[in-house]
Formats: sequence, structure tokens, C-alpha cells
Amino acid sequence: MADDTTAPRGATVSPATSTTQAPVVGRATARPTARVAGGRRGPGPAWRKRAEIVFFVAPALLLFLFFVVWPIVKAVQFSLYRWKGFGPLVDFVGLRNYVSVLQNDVFTDALQHNLTIVVFSILIQLPLGLAIALLLNRRLWGQGVLRTIIFVPYVLAEVIAGVVWFQLLQPQYGVIDAVLGVVGLEGPPQGWLGTPDKAMIAVIAVLTWKYLGLAVILFLAGLQGVPEELYEASQLDGASWWQTQRRITIPLLGPTVRTWAFLSMIGSLQLFDMVWILTKGGPANATTTMVTFLVTEGTKRQNFGIASAASVILFVVALTFALLYQRFVMRRDTHDPAPRKKAHR
Amino acid sequence: MKTKTRTAALRTLSLGLGVALLATACSSGGTGEAEETSGDTGDSTTITWWHNSNTAPGKDYYEKVAADFSEANPGVQIEVSAMQHDDMVTKLDAAFQSGDAPDIYMERGGGEMQAHVEAGLTKDLSDVAADTISTLGSSVAGWQIDGQTYGLPFSMGVVGFWYNKALFEQAGVTEAPATWDEFYTVIDKLKAAGIEPISVGVGEKWPAAHYWYYFVLRECSQKVLQDGVSTLDFSDPCFAKAGENLEKLVAAEPFNAGFLSTPAQKGPTSASALLATGKVAMELAGHWEPGVMQGLTEDKQGLGEDTGWFPFPAVTGGKGDPAAVLGGGDAWAVSEGAPDVAVDFVKYLLSDEVQQGFAEQDMGLPTNPAAVEFVKDPALAALLEVRDSSPFVQLYFDTAFGTSVGGAMNDAIALVFASSGSAQDIVDATQSAADAEK
Repeated sequence: MADDTTAPRGATVSPATSTTQAPVVGRATARPTARVAGGRRGPGPAWRKRAEIVFFVAPALLLFLFFVVWPIVKAVQFSLYRWKGFGPLVDFVGLRNYVSVLQNDVFTDALQHNLTIVVFSILIQLPLGLAIALLLNRRLWGQGVLRTIIFVPYVLAEVIAGVVWFQLLQPQYGVIDAVLGVVGLEGPPQGWLGTPDKAMIAVIAVLTWKYLGLAVILFLAGLQGVPEELYEASQLDGASWWQTQRRITIPLLGPTVRTWAFLSMIGSLQLFDMVWILTKGGPANATTTMVTFLVTEGTKRQNFGIASAASVILFVVALTFALLYQRFVMRRDTHDPAPRKKAHR
Repeated sequence: MKTKTRTAALRTLSLGLGVALLATACSSGGTGEAEETSGDTGDSTTITWWHNSNTAPGKDYYEKVAADFSEANPGVQIEVSAMQHDDMVTKLDAAFQSGDAPDIYMERGGGEMQAHVEAGLTKDLSDVAADTISTLGSSVAGWQIDGQTYGLPFSMGVVGFWYNKALFEQAGVTEAPATWDEFYTVIDKLKAAGIEPISVGVGEKWPAAHYWYYFVLRECSQKVLQDGVSTLDFSDPCFAKAGENLEKLVAAEPFNAGFLSTPAQKGPTSASALLATGKVAMELAGHWEPGVMQGLTEDKQGLGEDTGWFPFPAVTGGKGDPAAVLGGGDAWAVSEGAPDVAVDFVKYLLSDEVQQGFAEQDMGLPTNPAAVEFVKDPALAALLEVRDSSPFVQLYFDTAFGTSVGGAMNDAIALVFASSGSAQDIVDATQSAADAEK
């Protein structure tokens, strides 16, 4: 069961396949191999299968080890030293960098900001995206144009979007305050990005604008997968539009929504570019994220040890989130969904 | 069954690992060995030089200087890389990390340079460039550690208030303020005339930090300051007092709307652009400001005729010399592994001839006394006088203390601007970052 943490999906699969007497090598590849072997070609010699697996997996494995595992190992190593970024690694400090990161208010605030962004991304984008997707899924005049308009921000480069919003949100000369002025409202005197307790609102608003398109497109794609028969059946039963959505569409959209929420969550935890361009984590650290913290510590202050410790902590936080989510939320999508599977895929 | 499976999996994994380790071992070995890109190869030597004069006329001038040197020294090639300043700094950091630094590069002194020297990256120029060092006189002080000189400054500037003469006139201010009491009167007058008094780019923190540095310079005696820079001890009450001055200034609300997110020099809403386009009356900035403002206005004139300058006002009761200035400079440094001829080239860069040309092109404020009179721009010439008559030039504290302490200090100062930090917080944050360095 200890293996659960590394590959929760495979864990329940491998005992099942091993009873079929098919040789099982890597757990992740167990199922497809077994299926192919038992199906078309019949069981070949074991060494050949292993050679095949090695041959096909090796390039990907090499890249993975070199570009993912190796940097992680190096980051862990750097995090144990006091290091300026150049010169030899000599000043071993043990876990002191971790202690100083965890005791740093800026970092703990950053962690909270990340969690706030996770929560608000889901709370705002989920209902909004769902509503828009449901509307756009009906036959509607100008549907294509509307879909494009909603999706454009997502396609736009993050940096460009950030720079544009930065200018729009300027006090006095910015468009947003001018528009607010027309309807008799007033922006904060320091500007949205310059007022500590308003900056996060502005950042979340821009993020919503930027990423709503992704949610809508994913949901629309999910809606395409809802079988027509079910709608016909519900019509025969005399269900209203709203009842159809509530009883059929939204439940069958579940896997899509859960996948989207997962992407959104991991993205929010690793958020950097938009915040960096809009506020650089300011004012008064009101919008720091874990990544802006580690970038500041690393590249601006050359405290590479501290930055590495922060990056390892971020990695652990994201991994924990991912595993918990897989375990408790995505489980229903990846584990034995047989009865529903035929219905919606 | 179970064990067999596991062995097979392990074997596959270890094979992959072996190959990966081999690959990484090769690559890291490669970068480790590439310590020196240039060196003597027979009778031809190539030296690399990175600088940040990437626009005309400076770029052309430096190309000519390099060509002249090659001509006078047959067999010596100079590979010049002209980069935008921030790009250069970033690339330099990367070059130091990979052990592949250029032979000649720009060094800003202080703690930054100290880190390079401690890591054995920078050549000691004390003996090989003794003549040049004595010509430059006291201005090399910022590039010395324990009496040894590691950089030869070619430009030194000072920070003060740049202001719009027309707007001052409009508000009925006839004389530049010499004390902070007078300064507050100026603020009131400007506000009464409906003019935003000061722009400051707290979005980038260092422009804000300059206020605190200057208040420290006015509150602390020279001795306390110099001891503080070397011992990293900030317990003297004058440091906290400087912060109180700053709190008072922030409370008077003289700054442009949205100053907490305002950038320093980039774009039409930056602090420099607000001054250049007449939207605010003044800004605290260094000798670079006229040039920056020219780049931010459509006619490339900046404030033109309306450009005015006055020094940071004196603080009543302060122990600092009111004529002391905050400033900093850029020096040429030579990499430890560079060929000897790189030192000759750096000495040539500081020669009367090259520095005079440098002054004539208004590329900065020259350090070689023989070149001072060649500065053409009147604003820069006036600054030169201030610099040369000042009892001492304090290097920007963030540079002086190095990036780690400097960054923590600038953050804490920015918090005071946001009214979410106190005068004592600046001292505490700086002290604890300094203690972490010890």
C-alpha cells in the first residue's frame, strides 16, 4: 500500500492483471501490454516484451529523468546550502533554509494567496464557465463569434495580457477607472494595483478574464460527449430545459469539470507571470505567490539556497494537492467507471 | 512471481538511470571545464568585453575605441557585446554561475563586487593598474576591499531632485528648497496649485529606497555610516530616525496617484515619464534622469529647458553633512582568468583620451579629472560640480550591502511607503538580513 503515493492508479490495477498470469513489468504500462499480449499476438517470450518496453520507454524516461528528476534532485541539494549562485557549494546549512522560508511571513502569506487564488478560481470560473458553456451549447445566433470572444484571452500571451491590463488598471490615466467614472463609481485613489487590499481582487479579476475561456472550451467539449439519445429521452419524458441540464448534462459533465478543476488548481499554485507583470507581488507583498517569492529570492537577491528550499516546499505542496485530489476526487473517474463509461465516452 | 516482476522493473529502471546519469555526467563535465573562453593562442589573442552602451552614440564610440586598441596592439582582437543594462546584469549572473564570464565586464562595487571577489572571479588590479588607480584618486574607494582594487570606475553620478522649472514657477516657488521645512512648503504650494508634487516608482522599490538612503545620509554622521557599511551594524538610532523622516514625508502625501505600483522608468505611466511629460513637479533620481526622460518623450527632448536640479535638502538636527551625496558608479573589472592584455585595455579605457571622448558624447560623468571639462550637457556638468565638491559620495546602500541585504532593506522601505511598515521595521529587516550573511 505504500506504493499508493507514487502511482495511485496502478496500485489497484496490478494485482488484478497479475492474476491473469501475464508478465507484468512497469505498473503504469501493465494494462495495455497485458491486453495486447492476450489479444492479437498471443503471449510471446518474456525477454522480448521487456526489450520492447525498454526500447519504447527509454527516450521518454531519459528526457524525464534529465529535465524533471535531475533538476528536482539539484534543487534539493541547493536547498541545503547557503549559496549565492556562483562559486562552489561549500556552506552546508542543513535544513536552516527551510526553517527560514517557513518562518518568513512573506512566504506564508504567499502560500495563503495561492490558496485564495485556488479557491476563487474555482468558485468564480466554475459556475460562470458552466453557465456560458450551457448557453453556447444551444443553437444561438452569433455562437461562433461569442465562442471566439470568450476564448481569445486564453490564447493571448500572458505577458501581453498582463501589460495591457497593467495600463488599463492605472489610476487617473487608466481606462477602467474612466469607465467606472462614467457610471458614477470611483476606483481606489492609489489605483487597483497600488492598494494593498484591492490588488488581489484585481489580480483575480484579470485571471478570471484570462482563464474563463479555457473552462468554457473544455466544458463545451465535454458537452459534445453527452449522447443525443439522453436528450431525446428526456424530451419524450417532458423534461424542461433546466431539468435536462440539471439531471443529465451537468452530471455527465462531471469528469470534464473535475479535470478542469485539477488543472486550474495546479496552475493557481504555480502562478507567476500574470502577478509578476501586474504587481511584482506588491504592493506591500499583498499579491506575492510562492513562485514570485522564490524568483525574488533567487534571481533578485541571489539567495539560491532559500529559493531552492521554497521551490521544494512548493513542489511538496503541489504534489500533496495533486495526490489528494487524485485520491478523493478524480478516483471516481479513473477507477472502475464501467457502468457509466459507455454512456458518456 | 511477484519478486520476478519487481526485479525486471528494477533492471529496466536502473538501465534508464544509468544512461541518464551518463548523459548528465558528460554535460556537467563539459560546463565545468569551459572556464576560459579566451587565452593566448600563438600570437593572436581575443578578449571579450561586455558593456551596456547599446545605443548611439555610445555604442559607436566604444566600437571605435576597441578598433583603435586592436590597431595599436597587433594580434589583439576585442569581441564587444553591447547589451541593454538589465539584460547584461542577468547574463553576467548566468556567466558567473557557469564559470564563463567575459574578460572585461561592468562592476558596480559594494557587496555585489565583494561576492564576486570572494568567489575568486575578479582580478586584483592594485599592482597591474597602479598608475590608473592613482589618476582616478578617491573615486576608486568603492571598488576596494582591504586596500586592494578590483575595479576602475569610469562613470560616477549622484542622486538628487530633478524638477520642472515651469511647474515650480506656476506654483509660485521661486527658490529650490534647501531644508526639509522649506521642502514641505514647496509641497503645499504645489498642491495648492493643483500640481502633483513628486513621482516615485515604488513598483520597483529602489527609487523609493533612495529616500531612506538619503535620510540616513543626512541623519547619520559619516563615521557611523562608514562603520555601518563595513560592520553591518545598524543599532545607531540615526538609522531609525531616518525612517521617521520618511514616515513623515509619506504622511504628507506628496506622491503621484498609484505610486505603489508605478514603475521607475518603463512606459508612459512610469515615474520618470510623469516628470518628463509635466504631470508631476519633481522626482528623486540620479544622473541618468535627463537621458531617461529624453527617451520617454516624443520629441526626444525630455523636459528640455525646464529641467532643474537641486540636492536632497538638509534635515534639521541631522548629524550628516548636508553636502554629502548619494551616488554610485560603474567600473570596469577584469575576470580572474583573463589574459594580461585585458588589463591593458581597461587601462586604455580610463586614459585621458578615451575618457575625454566619453565625456564629449555625454555618456556619463567621467572619473578621470582630465576629462571633466569635456562634458557638454549643462545639467550633467552641474552635477559633476556637485559630485566633485562633495565631502563624500555614499554608494547606494543596496549595492553597498549586496543583493541579499539590499533586497530585504528595499522591501522594508517600500512597506513604509505602503504605510504597512514602520521606521524600526526597516532597521530590523536590514539587520536580520545582514546577520544571516555573517
